[in-house]
Amino acid sequence: MVSLSSNLLYTAFILYLIATVFFAGSIKDKNRTNRGPNRWASIGLWISIIGFIAQLGYFITRWIAAGHAPVSNLFEFTTFFGMSLVGAFIILYLIYKTPILGVFTLPVALILIAYASMFPREVSPLIPALQSDWLHIHVTTAAVGQAILAVSFAAGIIYLVKSVDQRKQSKQRFWLEAVMFGLVCTLGFIIISSTFSAMGYKAEFNWIDKNGQEAVLEYHMPALTGPNEGQLVTDGKFKPLAEMPPIINAKKLNTVIWSLASGIILYLVLRAVLRRRIGEALQPLTKNINLDLVDEIGYRSVLIGFPVFTLGALIFAMIWAQIAWTRFWGWDPKEVWALITFLFYAAYLHLRLSKGWHGEKSAWLAVIGFIIIMFNLVAVNLVIAGLHSYAGS
Amino acid sequence: MNEVKCECGHVNPHGTVLCESCGKVLEEKEKEKKLLDMRYEGSARRSQTYNKTMIDKIWNFFSSVKVGVWLIVITLIASALGTILPQEMYIPPVMPAAEYYEDQYGWIGKVYYDLGFHNLYSSWWYLILIASIGISLVICSLDRVIPLYRALKKQRVSRHESYLQRQRVFGVSKIVETDQAFTMAKEKLKEKKYNIREENGNLLAEKGRFSRWGPYVNHVGLIIFLIGGMLRFVPGMYVDKILWIREGETKVIPETNGEYYLKNEKFILEVYDKEKDNEVFDEAIDKAGMVAKNYQSNVTLYKKSGDAVAGEEANLEKVKDFEIRVNEPLKFENFALYQVDYKLNELNKMSFALTNKKTGEEYGDLTVDLNDPQDAYDLGNGYKAEIVSFFPDFEFDENGEPVTKSRIPNNPAFVFKMFTPDNPDGEISFVAIRQTIEPFGDNEYKMAFKGVDTKNVSALTVRKDLTLWIIALGGAIFMIGVAQGSYWNHRRIWLRRVDGEVWVAGHTNKNWHGLKREIDAALDGTSIEMPEDQLQKQSEKKG
Repeated sequence: MVSLSSNLLYTAFILYLIATVFFAGSIKDKNRTNRGPNRWASIGLWISIIGFIAQLGYFITRWIAAGHAPVSNLFEFTTFFGMSLVGAFIILYLIYKTPILGVFTLPVALILIAYASMFPREVSPLIPALQSDWLHIHVTTAAVGQAILAVSFAAGIIYLVKSVDQRKQSKQRFWLEAVMFGLVCTLGFIIISSTFSAMGYKAEFNWIDKNGQEAVLEYHMPALTGPNEGQLVTDGKFKPLAEMPPIINAKKLNTVIWSLASGIILYLVLRAVLRRRIGEALQPLTKNINLDLVDEIGYRSVLIGFPVFTLGALIFAMIWAQIAWTRFWGWDPKEVWALITFLFYAAYLHLRLSKGWHGEKSAWLAVIGFIIIMFNLVAVNLVIAGLHSYAGS
Repeated sequence: MNEVKCECGHVNPHGTVLCESCGKVLEEKEKEKKLLDMRYEGSARRSQTYNKTMIDKIWNFFSSVKVGVWLIVITLIASALGTILPQEMYIPPVMPAAEYYEDQYGWIGKVYYDLGFHNLYSSWWYLILIASIGISLVICSLDRVIPLYRALKKQRVSRHESYLQRQRVFGVSKIVETDQAFTMAKEKLKEKKYNIREENGNLLAEKGRFSRWGPYVNHVGLIIFLIGGMLRFVPGMYVDKILWIREGETKVIPETNGEYYLKNEKFILEVYDKEKDNEVFDEAIDKAGMVAKNYQSNVTLYKKSGDAVAGEEANLEKVKDFEIRVNEPLKFENFALYQVDYKLNELNKMSFALTNKKTGEEYGDLTVDLNDPQDAYDLGNGYKAEIVSFFPDFEFDENGEPVTKSRIPNNPAFVFKMFTPDNPDGEISFVAIRQTIEPFGDNEYKMAFKGVDTKNVSALTVRKDLTLWIIALGGAIFMIGVAQGSYWNHRRIWLRRVDGEVWVAGHTNKNWHGLKREIDAALDGTSIEMPEDQLQKQSEKKG
């Protein structure tokens, strides 16, 4: 059952990849007679739907195998997030019929799923705090809410790719490219970790932690930054270039450095091949798109996603926290970051309604909102440990 | 103040921008605009009209959405600051917070502590921020909702030409069969669930007006939520106590006025077992080593019956047996008891034998209940052991004197005085775990250690929170309001006959794409042309 489940996820991944190609093809297709979607786009849509069903199959079979909904660790949650993003895209595509949305949403979903699989994938049993139906209710609703909000990020990127003038130096051009670079770095992380994991790289260190205790640390990438007073135990492995003080998590820093380095190399290769900025290279895809429509898709997805997110990540979260942790609110970092996300999108809505922040400003806000969501998903789990930190192990 | 009478005859309150009834532009400034600012229907808002007294100024400050957004953004940044390092309530109680932050995080930790960020969310300035948001919510809502209600209530079907022209979706068609076109459009709009009003042959189709109230409903919900949060500080509304209770022990439940007692029958800790549990977990269990499956306290709840005389044991009446697990608290009256922590194998009893050191002969056993030690244990035949001193959690202080760190028997030590027929004056012996000191030279007898008996201890949180229902009510109203405002759209379509032409205008508070599609569908088949999106036309011209 578990292997069937993994195969279904793999299938879904491949299908999303193919669907992206078809959506991109539908824009390049010159034989467009009317403004509606053409055959390439409908094929893309069908492939996305089949992919979504395959991933739903992954979700259900894994649920059956484990006896609980597969949303209990970082791999499962992020995969579900990716699936919800595809689901949200399909719904918004059916409303607005814009293939370009697929070209930008599906790759984000692909990166999410690939990123998810960099974390431990085994089916884990539930610790007592997680043994509740609220696990399924709270986590899935929160993820769906975030996924719908993430569509506004894709719409925002489309808007910016089209509207930002690539011919002259500007803050907008720089930051748009910075977002692209961020995505490339995530890709870099995925590539470099899968490469070393395929090679089976393992290097063990004995080191002294910040409490002065001896401890063992296993690296899965060659250690550029070694742990405090680290002794390489495994023979023939790369010796660290620099030793870190005990307060810094040398292993995580090492992963960050590797990801950044591979991201930079990947980015430079892309620049050399494309001979222009990534934002500039993507611009032709957005040629026929109506900016007002993209703006509206972004706004609409915030409007749909905001209540779902509030319900899942705050209301349901509070109900469960009252049951499991004795209080509905305890200023745990994950809770605080859910509140921050809520406040951010509340500010977005108020700025839009009252200050008339439409179009480009709104698009930038959608991008920042997604960065906050990703920060809550990644950094709060991996860096700021709190009550939710089991989700990262 | 002077009211404004529109040419249509309607009398508007001072400060009105667009006539509530016909929509004619009353403010000179607004006349220059190509498209109307339709927020709040151009109604007269207090904040836009008065700015004289102190109250006006405060009102205007808090009614500004700009101020509201700033408050939100500042709160957002402040909240984020509080997550950089753990809050004081989450640090381990190994040392005082003042030392802990510097010890663990260096100078950053020290600065963090000195700025008070270790208790950020209960700091005065954070509470002021939240309170300001609350005030802003009330004033913003009041400033807008009443004028908006008036404007939507008073609106007429035939709107002024200048009003229709300046709508974002607007078009003019010259047609002959006007009546027929109107009838057809009317039918189609009815199908789309529009409410139709007609007047002098003109038509107004409207739906989803109630979505305009969504923001105000959700703000009311938020205010109720915040009031609920404030009520926690009212005495008697909120209880947060921890109850450590050993197996077999019966204790009064704190904050119940001595009404309720709890007996801990047993604490159970289960871990996942590769043999018994689902085999798909094997890999994860191997990796983690041990994964907890269940924390459970089997308890019995008692209620005091009758009045016990002070000092006397209370008469207890059993209420129920319950298994408290994580996620399954025991509830009674307004209280809930939660499984939050435990301690395994706490020393409970220690047994010794009074032994002759030379012969090894034993003269009777004694068992000390570490939570209730006796003064003396008579072993018969003239053998007796007296406990001179008892240190439940023993250590030597800086002067080398034995002291106890706490009352919890983590490391018990005793000073025994042993009486035997040979030594009727008694011999003193200091006995700790793996350690015996004989302060007055060699003794003939010793207290030989025989064994220990341990017990588990459960930690239960005692919670009463009478604010929960009001918080829940606020949350529910908020969700209703947010859904109302987000998932419904207020749409209006005007059809007006002007000198043989048909003027069509449309307005929606959001989702223009949907409005245009509906207008398109309604006009399909009639000879009325689809109106244009003037905003889009502008931006296309520019681009």
